Amino acid sequence: MNLNLSYRELHKLAKDLPRANNAIKIAVLGNHTTNFFCKALENHLLLAGYDPSIFEGDYDQIDMTLIDESSQLYNFNPEFVIVFESTLTIKDNFYAIKSNLDRSQYYKQLSNKAKSRVSHLKNNNCNAKIIYLSYELIDDALYGNLFSKIPHSFYNQLWKANNALINISENENSFYLFDINKHLSGTTNHRDWPAYINSDLHYSIDTFAELSYHVTLFLKALKGNFKKCLILDLDNTIWGGIIGDDGIDNIQVGALGIGKAFTKLQKWVKELKDRGIIISVCSKNNEDVAKTPFLEHSEMILKLEDISVFVANWNNKADNIRYIQEVLNIGFDSMVFIDDNPAERDIVKQSLPLVTVPDLPEDPALYLPYLSSLNLFETASYSDNDKDRTLQYQQEAERRKSITSVTNMDDYLKSLEMVGTIESFKVEDIPRIAQLTQRSNQFNLRTKRYTDEDITRFKNSDNYLTYSIKLKDKFGDYGLISVVILKKINKTTFFIDTWIMSCRVLKRGVEFFALNKIVKDLLNSNISILTGEYLETQKNHLVSDLLDNLSFSKIDEGFKYKLELNHFNPIKNHIS
Amino acid sequence: MNQYLDILNELFREVLDNESIDLKPETTANDIDEWDSINHIYLVVEIEKKFNIKFKSSQILEWKNVGEIIESIQDKK
Repeated sequence: MNLNLSYRELHKLAKDLPRANNAIKIAVLGNHTTNFFCKALENHLLLAGYDPSIFEGDYDQIDMTLIDESSQLYNFNPEFVIVFESTLTIKDNFYAIKSNLDRSQYYKQLSNKAKSRVSHLKNNNCNAKIIYLSYELIDDALYGNLFSKIPHSFYNQLWKANNALINISENENSFYLFDINKHLSGTTNHRDWPAYINSDLHYSIDTFAELSYHVTLFLKALKGNFKKCLILDLDNTIWGGIIGDDGIDNIQVGALGIGKAFTKLQKWVKELKDRGIIISVCSKNNEDVAKTPFLEHSEMILKLEDISVFVANWNNKADNIRYIQEVLNIGFDSMVFIDDNPAERDIVKQSLPLVTVPDLPEDPALYLPYLSSLNLFETASYSDNDKDRTLQYQQEAERRKSITSVTNMDDYLKSLEMVGTIESFKVEDIPRIAQLTQRSNQFNLRTKRYTDEDITRFKNSDNYLTYSIKLKDKFGDYGLISVVILKKINKTTFFIDTWIMSCRVLKRGVEFFALNKIVKDLLNSNISILTGEYLETQKNHLVSDLLDNLSFSKIDEGFKYKLELNHFNPIKNHIS
Repeated sequence: MNQYLDILNELFREVLDNESIDLKPETTANDIDEWDSINHIYLVVEIEKKFNIKFKSSQILEWKNVGEIIESIQDKK
């Protein structure tokens, strides 16, 4: 994917691309000509490895389409509904209002409309997430900078409307606001006025291409595909100079000169870390030398405790990144590698094409603005649990070291002194549970993505049995790491709707521990059969034989399974 | 005239995804299936980019065939 593709370059690149087996269904509803947006979005999704189907609503019929229960929209059954309103059309509607009092309340009309659109979807049993584009802040140049004092000015109303949309988003799980203004501010000529007048083209076609790039990044994040780890080179990347040559007193970081640029980059990295991004270091250095600035330089923002995996040696960087990937157990496609040296970047790009490797500008003053412009860290969920991750990964690195000292896996697992808890969903765990369904790609039997609302629905429904599993061991607490959702088929049969687990606890026997408890629980409720299936994706091969290992038997040649609970023998594990 | 026609022909083929397009000065939108009102917008933008010109709104609205597009380009060059 590439930010700077023109509409035509994008068209050319996507033209002969084979479609991956990775469907995504999106409806686009707008009050202007959205053809180019839809086409560009389709092309960007193709480049991102999806097989997109796009439903384009009729011109300026957003509400009709949503209200009408028999509309093609509901037949299409989208996963995402993108509402894209042009402020130019809104302006015409606004000017049609005569009274200034009504004009000063116009933002409420807009926000009520947004709310009712959410309800229409729900009333029609559509579980799609709504991505609502914010209103482009277009000053109609009537009141100049007095606009903020004039409630009935159009520009004033637009600011209020966008604020009202943020309020909706904070309170409505399925509603996401996509801010168009930040993406337009970087582009010149984002509108072609003659094309607007002659052809109702509200943005230039290249602007549509750029917007659809950012929407695609957001959709990817909502589908569980986002960046989890930032890997940093050290010399001339997070400080100026070379620690091994220049020494601690001469590297540049802090309030003076170019040091400022590195400090600002470090502050951003620190904020990312606090948001839940895993920070790792990959540097060609001796380890103790590389660590000195972190320990001794008073102006370093980043400290050793911020770094999950610290690799400093003279090996090939691609190999070192492979090592980091193993420790963290996340996909290469969720990693970003930052290095000032084009040769090092090239090695990594060549050997690990899935890792994102931005081409840093030469001037360190441009590092941060450039990295921000790439919008690398789109995300679909956030929970307080994210903050604890660094410690968890550091503990994992410790565990790795202890593995090497034990030869027998059984002994090793025993030595971990693991304690598990399994219980039905609790209210306070809902965000974490939803997040696991969004994030987990590998240990995920059916890859169903759920929102907080979905999880609450399962929790409160008699037709579902829900289990969340927590684990600790002598090195630390993993927290909530696995989720099982069972759906009632009939009085005696339940079906495994979801079985996911964080890869941090792979090969610990958590799935055996969980199944033993679940079977006991089901038998107590006179349920005798548990059925399941494996839905294959590009990433979940890990669990292709999960149900076999859990002693289920195949019902047919495919991936459908069944377990007779009365004949089930508890499976050995080392979790108490 | 011919030099512009060749460039336009290549551009039309790419933009309209149709390798069999063979433009003549008298070709109109009716002669090419893919040349609809939406793709017309796309074509205008790409012609402007290709020749680094900006048409006037009045020109765009008046074109009757490819020959007239070329006249507009020559005007601007």
